[in-house]
Amino acid sequence: MSWLCAGVRSPGPTDTKGDSFVRMAEPSVTQGRVAPVPRKVTARLNPSDRAFRAIARGGGVLVLVLLGLVGTFLFYRATQALHKAGFSFLTTQTWNPDGGGFGIAAVIVGTVLIALVAVVIAIPLSLGSALYISEYAPLPIRRFLVGVVDLMAAVPSVVYGIWGFELVQWKIVALSRWINDWFGWIPLFKVDGVDRNATQPTATSYTSSTFIAGVVVSLMITPIACSIMREAFSQAPPGEREGAYALGATRWGMIRAVVLPFGTGAMIGGTMLGLGRALGETIAVALIISPVYAIQPHILQHGTSSISSMIALKYSEATPFAVSALMAAGLALFALTLLVNVIAAVIVSRSRSGAVSEA
Amino acid sequence: MSIVNQQSGSAPPADRGAGVQTGQAPPPRTTVPWRSASAPRPPQARRQLAGVRREDVLAVGGALASALAATGLLWTQLAPFTGITGYIVVSWCLFVVIYVTLVAFDNNRPTVRDRVSAVIMHSLAAVVVLTLLFIILYTVFRAAKALVHLNFYTQDLHTTSAFDPLTKGGVLHAMIGTIIEVGIAMAIAVPLGLLAAVFLNEVPGRLNRLVRTVVDAMTALPDVLAGLFIYATLILIFGLGLSGLAAGCALAVTVVSIICRAAYVVLRLVPGGLTEASYALGSGHWRTVWNVTLPTARSGLATAVILGAARAIGETAPVLLTSGYTNFINGNPVNGPMTSLPLEAYELVYTGEKYFVTRGFGAAAVLLALVLLLFATARLIGGRGAGQLTRGQARRRIAASHRDLARYTMSASSAQVPDTRS
Repeated sequence: MSWLCAGVRSPGPTDTKGDSFVRMAEPSVTQGRVAPVPRKVTARLNPSDRAFRAIARGGGVLVLVLLGLVGTFLFYRATQALHKAGFSFLTTQTWNPDGGGFGIAAVIVGTVLIALVAVVIAIPLSLGSALYISEYAPLPIRRFLVGVVDLMAAVPSVVYGIWGFELVQWKIVALSRWINDWFGWIPLFKVDGVDRNATQPTATSYTSSTFIAGVVVSLMITPIACSIMREAFSQAPPGEREGAYALGATRWGMIRAVVLPFGTGAMIGGTMLGLGRALGETIAVALIISPVYAIQPHILQHGTSSISSMIALKYSEATPFAVSALMAAGLALFALTLLVNVIAAVIVSRSRSGAVSEA
Repeated sequence: MSIVNQQSGSAPPADRGAGVQTGQAPPPRTTVPWRSASAPRPPQARRQLAGVRREDVLAVGGALASALAATGLLWTQLAPFTGITGYIVVSWCLFVVIYVTLVAFDNNRPTVRDRVSAVIMHSLAAVVVLTLLFIILYTVFRAAKALVHLNFYTQDLHTTSAFDPLTKGGVLHAMIGTIIEVGIAMAIAVPLGLLAAVFLNEVPGRLNRLVRTVVDAMTALPDVLAGLFIYATLILIFGLGLSGLAAGCALAVTVVSIICRAAYVVLRLVPGGLTEASYALGSGHWRTVWNVTLPTARSGLATAVILGAARAIGETAPVLLTSGYTNFINGNPVNGPMTSLPLEAYELVYTGEKYFVTRGFGAAAVLLALVLLLFATARLIGGRGAGQLTRGQARRRIAASHRDLARYTMSASSAQVPDTRS
C-alpha cells in the first residue's frame, strides 16, 4: 500500500529536509567500518495515488491556464494599442482612442494621487488600531476588534462608495475649504476659481475631488494594513517584551523598543499592500470623482481621474480598438499594483517579523 | 506579571534599618531585624500593577470635562465657529493638552509620554470602530424607508418610475441575479481553487512554483480588469452578450486566486505529525489527503470558501462591465442582462433621484446583511486552528472511539485466539 519506502516523507514545496536526509546517508568510512550503503529508494504509486496526483496537477494547470490566459490576453490586446500610440502613450493626457491621441499621463497621476491620499490617512489609523489591538486592549475586546477589522475588510466597496457619494462628499467640503484657506499657498492644496473672501460659499469647487476619493478609499485599505501589522505586532517575542519591562520601561517605551522595531517590515509591507489595493479601487472612485482627462495636481479641486474608474466609465461605448486602448491602460495599472505587491511581499518576508527570538 | 513584595525572604536588603537620619555614624554592617519564631508575620499587601487607579480615572475624566466645557464656551460665546465635527476635533486636541498638563504635575517625562501615546492609540482604534459602525448604521438609516415595505423584497423595478413612492417596486430581480451570478462564480472558483490549493500543498515540483507565482501575482489583479477580460473575450469575441453567465465568469476570475491562496495557507497549517502518522500506518498519498489532511483543515477551508463568497457578492466592477443592467426579473443566466445587488445600488444611487437613491441604499443594506451573515458563519466555523475540535465534535469523536473499543472487545472475546505457542 505504501507509496514510498520508509525514511522519505513527502516533502512540502519549500521543504529541503529530503535533500539533507539523502546527503547525510552518503557512505563514509568511520572508525575503520564501512557505513551502511543506503537502500535505493523507489516510489511505487498505486493507481488511486497516481489518479489523485494527476487530478491535483490538472487542477493546478487549469488555474495556471485560466489566470495566465487573463494576463497574456491583456498583454496581447494591449500591445495592439501600444503599437499605434507608441511612446506618446505615456505622455499624452487626453483619451480619444478613435480619433486623436490617447495616453495615460493624466489618469496615472490621478490614480497615484488618490492612492497616496488614502495611504497617508490610512497609516495612522491602521497603525494605531493595530497597536491598540495587540498591546492595549483587554482580551475580550481584542477578539471583538479583530472581528470588526476583518468585517471592515469584507464590507463591499459599493457600500463605501455610496456612503462617500451621498454623505462624506458634502460633509468634507468645509474641511477642504479650511485647508485651502490656510494652506492654499502650497501648490498641492491650491484650488482655482474660488475666492477666499467671497460671501457665497462655492461648494461645487470642492466636491468630486482627489481628496474625497482618497478619504473613502483610505477606509477600505485601513483594515488590510491593520490586520498585517497586528499579526506582526502580536508575534513580537515575549522574552524581549518582559526584558524591556524588567529594565523599567513604560508600556510605550516597551512598544518603541521592542514591538515597533520587530514590526517594521510588516508596517511597510502592510502599507504597501494597502497601496496596491488603493491603486486598483474602482467603484467608489468612479462614483465620487467627475472625470477630467488632464493632469490634476490640486487634490482639493473638483474633478480628477483614475485608470480603473476610466475603464468602468468608458468601456460601454468603446470600439474594439478603444477596448484595446483601455486594456493598455489596465495593463499599466496591473503592472503598477503587481510591482507594489511584490515589493510588499519581499519586505514582509525579509523583515524580522515571524522570526523566533532566542530569548 | 504579578509580583508580590518579597520581604519575607531569607536575606533582608542591605539598606534596611541603616539609621542614617539619627546623626550617629551607622554601624558598618547589615542588621538582621529580630523576628520571633512564634509571632505571626505581618500581612503582606499585594502591590497592584494592573487595573485602573483612581488618579488615572480622575485625570482622564477631568481633562475630558474641561476640554468639552472649554470648547463649548469657544463655540457658543467667544468665536464664530459652527459644526459638530470641528467641535469634536477641537475638544479632542484640548483634551490631550489638558491631560498632558495634568499628568505632568506629578509624573516624569517617560510616564507622560506613555499616557499620551495610550490616549492616542485608544482614540485611533475608537475612530476605526466608530467609522465602521457609522457606515453600517448610515446605510441602514437611509435604507429604512424602503426596507419596511414588503414589496421591496417581492417586486422588481420594471414598472417603477422615478416618482413612484416606495410602496411600489423592489429589488427582487437584483437578489435573484446576485444568487445566480455568485452561484456560477462559486461553482467555477471553489473546485478549481481548492484543487489548486491541494496541488500546491501536496505535489512539489517546478510546476508547483510556477502555479504559486502566478496565483500570487493574480491576487494583485485589479477587479475591473477581470471584468474587462471577460468583456473582451466572452462578449466581444465569442458573442455571448451581456449576461449573468459572463458576470459569473468574471467574478470567478476575481475570486479563484483569493480562494486558492486562503485554502493553501490553511492546508499548510495541518500538523506534519498527523500526515506522517498516516503514512507510518501504511496509507497512501491519496488516502492521507482524503482522510487526514482535508478533514483536519475542514473548518479553515470552509472559512476560505465563505470569505471568497462574501468577496464575490460584494464585487461591483466586474459585474458592471459584464452583466448589463435591467429592471426585469431574469432567471436565465445565458440570455439577456441580469442585475445584481451591488450593481443595483451603484446604478440607483448614481441616478440622484430621491426615491431611487433610497432604493439604492436599500439594495446596499440587503447586500450588507448578506455579507454580515456570511461573515458571522465564517467566524462560527473558522477561528479555530486545524485539528481543534468544538465540544460537540470532541464528544462525537470520543463516543465513536468508545464504540470502536466495544466492537474490538466483542470480536476479541467471541473469536478464538489461535494459540501460537503450541
